[in-house]
Amino acid sequence: MHRFRLTDAIAGCAYGGKLLLSGNEAIALGAWEAGLAVATGYPGTPSTEILEFLCGAEGVKSQWSVNEKVAYEVAFGAAVGGARSLYASKHVGLNVAMDPLMTSVYAGVNGGMVVVVADDPGLHSSQNEQDTRWVAPYAKAPMIEPSSPSEAYAFVKEAFAISERFDTPVLFRITTRVAHSEESVKIKGRSVGPKIMPFKKDISKYVMIPDNSYRRHVGIEKRLLRMAAFANTTKLNRIEPGSDKLGFIVSSAAYQYVKESYPDASVLKLGFSWPFCDEKITGFAKSVRKLVVVEELDPLIEEHVRALGIKARSKHNSYRIGELKPEHISDIVSGKPKTEVRQKTNIPQLCSACPHGFVFTVMSQLDLTVTGDIGCYTLGALPPYKTMHTNLCMGAGITMHEGMRLAHDDNKTVGIIGDSTFVHSGITGLINTVYNKGRGLIIILDNSITAMTGGQGHPGSGIDICGKPTETLSLEAICRASGVKNVDVVRPQDQDRLRELILRGLSDAELSVIIARSPCVLFTKREKVL
Amino acid sequence: MKPVANEFVHNILFCGCGGQGVLTAAEICGRAAIKAGFHVKMSAVHGMAQRGGSVESHRRFGKAVASPMIPCGKVHWLVCMDETEGLRHFSQLDKKGIDFTPFLKMAGSLLSDKRTLNIFMLGVLSTMLSIKEKFWIEAIREVLPEKIALINEKVFGDGVKTVESLRS
Ligand code: SF4
Repeated sequence: MHRFRLTDAIAGCAYGGKLLLSGNEAIALGAWEAGLAVATGYPGTPSTEILEFLCGAEGVKSQWSVNEKVAYEVAFGAAVGGARSLYASKHVGLNVAMDPLMTSVYAGVNGGMVVVVADDPGLHSSQNEQDTRWVAPYAKAPMIEPSSPSEAYAFVKEAFAISERFDTPVLFRITTRVAHSEESVKIKGRSVGPKIMPFKKDISKYVMIPDNSYRRHVGIEKRLLRMAAFANTTKLNRIEPGSDKLGFIVSSAAYQYVKESYPDASVLKLGFSWPFCDEKITGFAKSVRKLVVVEELDPLIEEHVRALGIKARSKHNSYRIGELKPEHISDIVSGKPKTEVRQKTNIPQLCSACPHGFVFTVMSQLDLTVTGDIGCYTLGALPPYKTMHTNLCMGAGITMHEGMRLAHDDNKTVGIIGDSTFVHSGITGLINTVYNKGRGLIIILDNSITAMTGGQGHPGSGIDICGKPTETLSLEAICRASGVKNVDVVRPQDQDRLRELILRGLSDAELSVIIARSPCVLFTKREKVL
Repeated sequence: MKPVANEFVHNILFCGCGGQGVLTAAEICGRAAIKAGFHVKMSAVHGMAQRGGSVESHRRFGKAVASPMIPCGKVHWLVCMDETEGLRHFSQLDKKGIDFTPFLKMAGSLLSDKRTLNIFMLGVLSTMLSIKEKFWIEAIREVLPEKIALINEKVFGDGVKTVESLRS
């Protein structure tokens, strides 16, 4: 829920210097106080509010980018240019930005760059449950993990300093329970505004061609050693001494659950969680009689502790799936498997009168095979429609349609994609289908907003992150320019016309695109109220 | 139950369906608790809430709170805006915890506008917590738009009175 913006928060909602902040808001506020100048991202639960909160903040240029790769590169460009910059997305969003991320660690920064990535253990609203912590060792980038909004607020400031000190983008990894939990946080206030450092031309540092990259790689390995030494001294990794009978090594939200369940135990709390603080880990292990590693999802800490030759209890494999909860900790300590099963919740449904519903009605009457995509309309896979048969990632509604047609060219397959998703990563797929002489039918469900994440603008809606008008991208013009000859726009409520266009498109010898255009009822209603 | 021991952590679970104002109620409650000087934490799952899915928000406050999520079986006040959702969370209730389902039924006959159910429930809840009424009212005024704050203050009062009439 987006509640207020940073400017309002500063202006009037503090109680004795305290603010009730979500983890996302805490990151935004901490970054702003640290002199943030550029912020980019693409909406995705649970990371969306970071950018929304920043919008309009004094001294910060913020934007919804077209997709995460673009967002990363814009933020990185700003950092190389000398500004402190922040990128934010959900876990699967960072996958889209992996190409620039991997090499940006080679080039390094100028102004500090913080890469916020929000994982979603328990799949509250995501297509997978990946543990993005593995990106740190994979990309050889340092990683910071706060466990609460107050830590997120404090740690993000450290993250900028660390980024500049070690000349590298810094991963700032949170989970749903950090992003969307709230806490009363004591606010320090901003002492300095953004400071832009000069850009010094340095081809050997910023132009990643083989010779330069080789030298930079040598530098990365040295940097890793320096960062590992830093990990042993930084306060972000802290030992909380307690009973010597039981000690925990823990990071992220799991720390709070350990404190809840074993307030008297000793704890090594990892805040700068990669590279590992080997000396601290070894020393801590010696100081307690029973050592337990607690972490959500994959065994990243567990495997490292084992590799150090330390004996430790870690969670039963069954805990690698799903979200960790405070009541799990005692079972983990005693080595029990997880007994809980995923809870059934109310199945969400499209809003009544949602324009997407009309398209699903027609497609289900025609009994089509539908390659789907990510958005509110993914709900078309559930009852009552059950009319979406694949869903993989952003953009795949178009490209999987092409692949399905290569397997079965049966005049029954249609690809669907939303407007925001089309701009995010559908356009390249459309060009690919045309270029490779694919045929078939793509329906763009155009409600002119990014609805699922709460109604953000995108190039096709013609409003920017702050709701101000900007150039509107014409979807039909893009489709035509990509080489699609049959492009029709229809109101989905006009079911007869829609059916006629679908039937024509399915059997045509060339690729067809139908743009089913009608505004999202939820967010247009809201706009009218305002 | 009105315990204010030093180490006691108040555990309130708000639940219901998208559009019932579950998160708004939790927000107001959290702000009122900060004003009363508590350390407050909260955890909610949202993201696709606008389409009738289940919504829940854990609100915890006390001298110092660790986990933002309430451990299973430790909910002291189960503030449900929907019977089915209340039932779904029933097993999370503490042995001495209070289930708000009966108040849900009373609200049904009392409220002329069911959109104010969330604030009615806050009124009921307020009688069981040691947070001054003025903090609740301030929080309502901060969170709700001016146009509807006044009506809701009245509904909040109705919630308070409902409990008082039961007690007398
Ligand atoms: S939010 Fe908009 S797009 Fe999503 S289901 Fe509701 S009306 Fe449809």
